[in-house]
Amino acid sequence: MAHSHTTHSDMPHVTVGGYLIGFVLAVVLTVASFWLVTAGKLSGEQGLVWLAVLAAVQVVVHVVFFLHVNTSKGQRWNAMSFVYTITMSLVIIVGTVWVMHNVHMLMMAR
Amino acid sequence: MSQSTLSAHHAHEHEHQPSHSVFGFWSYLMTDCLLFASLFATFAMFANQYAGGPTAKDLFNLKDVAIETGLLLTSSLTFGFAMISAVRQKKSGVLLWLFVTALLGAGFLCLELQEFSHLVAEGAGPQRSAFWSAFFTLVGTHGLHVTLGLVWLVVLAVQIVKKPAMGERELRRLACLSLFWHFLDIVWICVFSFVYLGSIV
Repeated sequence: MAHSHTTHSDMPHVTVGGYLIGFVLAVVLTVASFWLVTAGKLSGEQGLVWLAVLAAVQVVVHVVFFLHVNTSKGQRWNAMSFVYTITMSLVIIVGTVWVMHNVHMLMMAR
Repeated sequence: MSQSTLSAHHAHEHEHQPSHSVFGFWSYLMTDCLLFASLFATFAMFANQYAGGPTAKDLFNLKDVAIETGLLLTSSLTFGFAMISAVRQKKSGVLLWLFVTALLGAGFLCLELQEFSHLVAEGAGPQRSAFWSAFFTLVGTHGLHVTLGLVWLVVLAVQIVKKPAMGERELRRLACLSLFWHFLDIVWICVFSFVYLGSIV
C-alpha cells in the first residue's frame, strides 16, 4: 500500500515515449537557437527576444516532459509553487533590468 | 497507552502516509531557481561592460558550447531511462543508465573547465571586467551544481549497489536527484540562450 502511494504521488507516470518526445523537441529547439545565431539571422534586441521565446518554449518542454509537472491533483502543489517561483524570478530579472535602465537614462551614463 | 506504544503507533501511521520528501526537495529547487534568477539579473546588468578588455564575441567558442549543451541534454534523457528502469525494478538498468549519465555529466564539466582555463589564459579572468565577473559567477555556480549532482549520483549508485533490490527509499532518492538533474538542464537552457548566444547576437 505504502509502495503504491509512493509511485503515485511522488513519481509521476514515466514512459520511454514521453522522454523521447521531450528530447526530440528539446533538440529541435536547441538547434534552432544555435542555427539562428551562427547563421547570423538574429541581431540586436529583436534577436534577444527570439532567443527568449525559444528558451521559454524549451523550458516548458523540459518541465512537462522531464520534470513531469502537470495540473493533476498529485502535482498541484508542485505546479503552484513552480508558477509562483517563475513569476518571482521574472520580477527579479525584469525589475532589475527596468530599474537599472531608468537609472542609466536619468544619470546620463549611457 | 504507554508512551512507547503511542510512538510506535505514530511511526506505523507515518509509514502509510505518502512521503513529502520529494515535494520538500522540489521546494528547495524553487529557492535555487531564485538564486539563479538573481545571478541572471546581475549578468543582464553587466552585459557589454568589458572595461576595454576582451569581449564575448572575441572569446566564446560556440562549438564547445553546442557540445556541452548536447552532453547535458542527452544526460537528461539517460537519467529519464534510469528512472524508468527504477520504476520497473530493474536494478542493473538503473546502474547502467546512471553510469552513462555520470559520464555525460563528467564530459560536460571537463569541457566547461577547459573553457574556463582557456578564458583565464586569454586574459578574461573573473577580475578582468564586470562582464567576466558576472559570467564566471553565473556559469560557475551552475558548474558547481553539476559537480555536486555528480557526487550525489555516485553516492546514490553505491547505495543502490549495496541493496539487493530497488526499495522505496532508493526510488525516492532517485526521484529527488532526477528533479535536481533536470532542473540543472533547464538552467543551462537559459545559460546558453542568454549568456552565450545572447552575448554574441
